[in-house]
Amino acid sequence: MEEKLLSGAELVIRGLEHLKVSTIFGVPGGAILPAYDPLYDSPIRHILARHEQGSGHMAEGYAQATGELGVVIATSGPGATNLITSLNNALMDSTPLLAITGQVATEAIGNDAFQEAYTVGLTMAATKHNYLITDASEIPQVLLEAKHIATTGRPGPVLVDIPKDILNQKAKWIEPKLVDLPGYKPTLDANPKMIQQAVNLIKDSKKPLLYVGGGIIHSKANIELFDLAQKFNIPVVTTLMGRGAFPDGHELCLGMPGMHGNYTATTSIQNSDLLIAIGVRFDDRVTANPKFFAQNAKVIHADIDPAEIGKVRDAEVPIVGDAKSVIKGLIDKLGDTKLETSNWIQEINEMRESYPLTFTQDEDGPLKVPYVLEELQKMSEDDSIVVSGVGQHQMWISLHWKFTKPNTWLNSGGLGTMGYSLPAAIGAKAAYPDRQVLSLDGDGCFQMTCQELITASTENIPLKIVVFNNGNHGMVRQWQKIFYKNRFSASELTHHTPDYVKLAEAMGAVGLRMEQKSEVKDVFEKMLEINDKPVLVDCVVDPDDMVFPMVPAGGSNDVIILNEEDLKKI
Amino acid sequence: MSERILSVLVEDKPGVLARISSTISRRGFNINSLSVGPTNIDGRSKMTIVTELESVEQVKKQLNKLINVIKIVELDPDNTIESEVLLMKVSINKDSQTSVIEKANLSGAKSVDVGQDYAVFELTGTSKELKKFENLMKPFGIIEMIRGGRIAIQSNL
Repeated sequence: MEEKLLSGAELVIRGLEHLKVSTIFGVPGGAILPAYDPLYDSPIRHILARHEQGSGHMAEGYAQATGELGVVIATSGPGATNLITSLNNALMDSTPLLAITGQVATEAIGNDAFQEAYTVGLTMAATKHNYLITDASEIPQVLLEAKHIATTGRPGPVLVDIPKDILNQKAKWIEPKLVDLPGYKPTLDANPKMIQQAVNLIKDSKKPLLYVGGGIIHSKANIELFDLAQKFNIPVVTTLMGRGAFPDGHELCLGMPGMHGNYTATTSIQNSDLLIAIGVRFDDRVTANPKFFAQNAKVIHADIDPAEIGKVRDAEVPIVGDAKSVIKGLIDKLGDTKLETSNWIQEINEMRESYPLTFTQDEDGPLKVPYVLEELQKMSEDDSIVVSGVGQHQMWISLHWKFTKPNTWLNSGGLGTMGYSLPAAIGAKAAYPDRQVLSLDGDGCFQMTCQELITASTENIPLKIVVFNNGNHGMVRQWQKIFYKNRFSASELTHHTPDYVKLAEAMGAVGLRMEQKSEVKDVFEKMLEINDKPVLVDCVVDPDDMVFPMVPAGGSNDVIILNEEDLKKI
Repeated sequence: MSERILSVLVEDKPGVLARISSTISRRGFNINSLSVGPTNIDGRSKMTIVTELESVEQVKKQLNKLINVIKIVELDPDNTIESEVLLMKVSINKDSQTSVIEKANLSGAKSVDVGQDYAVFELTGTSKELKKFENLMKPFGIIEMIRGGRIAIQSNL
């Protein structure tokens, strides 16, 4: 029997089903409308966002929590342009994303048609790759390739732009097969010669330090990393994107280094004689001024993306490969080697004792974010997923929350996208309805995408939201205090408008508020008890609190500001 | 010389030139010359990119990340045949005409069009030879000049 012809739209939906996609996020519109019709009959769950940026972050949250492909669908023109922030965000944080956008009809392209934007051109630098479909029969094959590109090598976003006439064009379903892409062959297996050279350096090192990041999480190499650190007694710093790759609380875990890293993590890098950098990119938030970064250290740099190696810092031993393969190789070649690192670990432990991470919470004073976080962590589940926005609260969470598992910390690290938290948390909760998902957000961030609270309510996604309400763009205020003589230009919001409790209620969620230490436990208890609706806690906090430690941008990691008093150093 | 020549084999797909030039400008690389044209293989084009020594490693790596880029070869400067075409319209008059054309022809340039008050020359050579020719013609008044971009191929020596 001859197979019947399908429309391009049907090929899209069947193509997604074929890729085992179960959930997609999106907003419909004119050019993409044909694809929404077969979606109506599909088992794929579609979550209707209130803004395309939100839908993109939802797909990112889904992908970051699961380690699998996130899918977002949008219409042409403004639909596509609104997606760009999330695409660029996914590119910077290496999140596997597939975006499908409608485009005006082929013959209208280039004519400034209604809702036309040059999506492929606009997203060229914001995606790992993108496609413009010119014939419906290509659709299944392109979707498969797009998934392959998005999820392998260094993961990233791939966009497929489909003109409306192609969505309506009839074509046969041709079973897609992964064919050779001549220009895309990521190196996964580390070169044994380079592994041997790395091992030689490790054996000679007195002060080795594992500097690890998001690459460990993408590669699902946390178990191997644990074995490497534990077996050979090598301390570990985890970057912002690598939090959870190695368990906080383990004696070898030093936490996050960098601009707002803790003293011990940042200084251990400076004092190390060998950085074993895996799945990291020597980001400026880690290195500060690279000239002064780890000046006494040799560098082994392993990454799946060869372009990251030598980009910021030359490596004595460059290794291209998947983190898991690299670490397995190192463990294997190190064999029964005993590394004498106890003096080094003692030096680190002394630092930890001399420079502990502290905060003070006055009994009657305004709430401090670190205190609230500590209380919340005591009450929340072990495998809860924490999703943050960008700014002070993000740094406080990364500093004070104890992450013990990978994929439980979602944030916008590279692009620093305010507004990321709520929609990304919705995506994570859609992936794991039975797990606790906590959107811990700032008030400035929350206001950028807060309409997605309606999405959470109407799509029955009962996540928990804590809005740290300091009535300000807190990090901007902090910089204005330090670098702009307290001239608070355009950084003030307000504690009271909007009324977050009423806003939550108006959007179909439960709204709660805490302002004092005595209320924290009760309010969180209530928040955690409600599981049939999203809950938002308006957590009113001190606007004058600042994040420390701090290394000013472009400074040296040898000069760390530990508190307000220390600001005189700069 | 601090120049490096990259020979880049790419898939002949729509937008590939835009991808490459977008990557180059996005990363702030210094590019001295870029040219593109078809090859003897169907569906494959070749670009010749001339860049500075300090950028070359990053240029290679960032371009290699593009899905449509198949292979990048850095040409050995001692072993490379390089060529570029130039078209130049030079102002002439009764007095200068003979001397301009003679000089141009002695430089290896071909007169492809001669009018009352102008002559158009075509010259193929290395960038050095083209520069030399430009300097030679300058005193007569260059009306318009266009260069085709450098192309290069590895010798089999």
